Amino acid sequence: MATPKKPKKPNVSADELKGFYRDMLLIRRFEEKAGQLYGMGLIGGFCHLYIGQEAVVVGLESATKEGDKRITTYRDHGHMLACGMDPNGVMAELTGREGGYSKGKGGSMHMFSRDKHFYGGHGIVGANVPLGAGLAFADKYKGNDNVTFTYFGDGAANQGQVYETFNMAALWSLPVIFVIENNQYAMGTSQKRSTSSPDIYTRGAAFGIPGEAVDGMDVLAVKEAGEKAVAHCRSGKGPYILEVKTYRYRGHSMSDPAKYRTRDEVQKVRDEMDAIEHVRELLLQGKHATEDDLKAIDKEIKSIVNESAEFAKTSPEPEVSELWTDIYVEA
Amino acid sequence: MPTEILMPALSPTMEEGTLAKWLVKEGDTVSSGDILAEIETDKATMEFEAVDEGVIGKILVGDGSEGVKVNTPIAVLLEEGESADDIGEASAAPAEAPKSEDAAKPAPAKAKAPATESENLAPNTEPDWPEGTPMKTMTVREALNSAMAEEMRSDETVFVMGEEVAEYQGAYKITQNLLDEFGSKRVIDTPITEHGFAGIGVGAAWGGLKPIVEFMTWNFAMQAIDQIINSAGKTNYMSGGQLGCSIVFRGPNGAAARVGAQHSQDYAAWYAQVPGLKVVQPYSAADAKGLLKSAIRDPNPVVFLENEILYGKSFEVPALDDFTIPFGKARVWREGEDVTIVSFGIGMTYALDAAEKLAEDGISAEVIDLRTLRPIDYDTVIASVMKTNRCVTVEEGWPVASIGNHISATLMERAFDYLDAPVINCTGKDVPMPYAANLEKLALTSTAEVIEAVRKVTYK
Repeated sequence: MATPKKPKKPNVSADELKGFYRDMLLIRRFEEKAGQLYGMGLIGGFCHLYIGQEAVVVGLESATKEGDKRITTYRDHGHMLACGMDPNGVMAELTGREGGYSKGKGGSMHMFSRDKHFYGGHGIVGANVPLGAGLAFADKYKGNDNVTFTYFGDGAANQGQVYETFNMAALWSLPVIFVIENNQYAMGTSQKRSTSSPDIYTRGAAFGIPGEAVDGMDVLAVKEAGEKAVAHCRSGKGPYILEVKTYRYRGHSMSDPAKYRTRDEVQKVRDEMDAIEHVRELLLQGKHATEDDLKAIDKEIKSIVNESAEFAKTSPEPEVSELWTDIYVEA
Repeated sequence: MPTEILMPALSPTMEEGTLAKWLVKEGDTVSSGDILAEIETDKATMEFEAVDEGVIGKILVGDGSEGVKVNTPIAVLLEEGESADDIGEASAAPAEAPKSEDAAKPAPAKAKAPATESENLAPNTEPDWPEGTPMKTMTVREALNSAMAEEMRSDETVFVMGEEVAEYQGAYKITQNLLDEFGSKRVIDTPITEHGFAGIGVGAAWGGLKPIVEFMTWNFAMQAIDQIINSAGKTNYMSGGQLGCSIVFRGPNGAAARVGAQHSQDYAAWYAQVPGLKVVQPYSAADAKGLLKSAIRDPNPVVFLENEILYGKSFEVPALDDFTIPFGKARVWREGEDVTIVSFGIGMTYALDAAEKLAEDGISAEVIDLRTLRPIDYDTVIASVMKTNRCVTVEEGWPVASIGNHISATLMERAFDYLDAPVINCTGKDVPMPYAANLEKLALTSTAEVIEAVRKVTYK
């Protein structure tokens, strides 16, 4: 974990900073609402919340351009909101309704959007890593300069197929950024107990892939690192690794008994390193926004999130005929 | 209006729980993320956090209460400016998750109803190519090679990747000369990492390419089976139809000769079980070519199961610039009256050999090559059994949950009244493949076993 930081001079415009605040807050409030709907039995199965990690996707999305792709694991709600997917469609997928991104057939862990170049949402730990490299392979084959952001966790970083992929991505100079979201716990097993070397970003060294650690609680630091990685990939130099050190405030999933870490540990991060509070301070201290401005943003977000919950509750369950559709693409 | 705090569902299976202990008391101010209470679920004791901010107005369910149903109000939260007097306004009705009315009903039918009337069947009896088409002799190996070359010529997005497919010219020479013609951008040697390159292939397909992923043998594809099934096979469904995956996974399947248990498995039944995949197992060179071209053009993931022993076998192949064989259309190799023998892939060698020998004894066998195992051409099989009233299936794979088992079950459901004898499945034996030559032979099925099975079902 990075040490608590003092707000530094932002390397972005006031508007962009306000945008970061808004986008991160949207994820947090959305996830809180999802947790609430889960508690009411409106969301079933597994539900992995992104609270605490918001700066990672918001910072990296600010470094993308149209055509860039993203793919992640099952903790995917934040990625979808950050790349501009509709909160209504995401929430309705969580409740398994017709209005969801997958018509209710995918659920929390399996959502996709061709329009936003979001390729899931994958439930098998590590499986999305070669898939992301494959998306990058397609872009390189076609000769464009798109980049694929392949997100995975510190837990997935121990899967064998990750290293198979590192090898081929480096061999073939694929334009893929491997974003390791190190929230320090692979489900309930701390990094110390699961990972032989602490610096996961150095694991590309054996394949000649440059990597760096990033303070994932600082959206500006994430943006800066993202821009550097993107420049590397776009210029044809091959893959890049970002190990973004972050922290998950909630349990691994909704049914996490939280016995593997102390409440104090979580509270300390919340109090001292929270990414949203950090931007809030920057905005207020730099006089880029007033309390009222931020309150207006809070209000806007609250209304978007409430609307998504309402949509997700009222959208009908899929037609029973949907049981039999989408198994194959019609030739 | 005051907000009710409801007993939360804290696991996918929780219906009620014990409110072990409140960690706040009436009058306390709470904000999002604060721990309100400890709740025992069916799995563990969990801490329950506040979502909204406010003041705890009233605690409705006390410490130690057992059997508290999910969604029962357990406390009331007051917002800024509200007092405990407002509590009466809060709704007492617990929020209900929607009860699915459909759950109690059977799923809408997709499978056809039992076909006891022949008019329900529509076997496709169109010839695969026009009568009078000039033919040429070709091995299965040449047929597969020319299918890939032709498709690569006509579609720039088709490429082939796998171990030794390029400079080595293919471990079994199926990709011979492709590197010379198409270059290293489209004919790609991979490291020996099946799991990884299968996943890269699937991602490339989502990215708009049409990969042909060669496994040196299907035995090694077990390393990659997660990507084949979970990523390639299921994603179109999980994405509500957004992410089809146009990819071919191909390579030799089943026993070769004397390579032992780990290199001799037939995966036909494994993959045929998976909705979302298409599964092909050709026997002849013409089918190998026509079906591989269809597979490459198909917008879905296709598992293409070849056989090393068949690679060198020659067949007549139509000399057409472009011909394809559709999926889901069996081929009747031999018409007969007394029994239907259903097989596919190398099993066809035993089936045809047995039919030939049985004919000498006056037993007339109809021999059907399924060609594709997903979809399966049930109609052709059922129509045939309605005529012969007897059926024997032939495959090299293991007996438990074999393709033959599935055909038997289908015939029982859809043609029970037409069967004059139980269906017999000739399969490989229920053992890992032995190395010793005599044992290996015994572990596979044989012409003699097929003949014996036919005699049993025909009582001859």
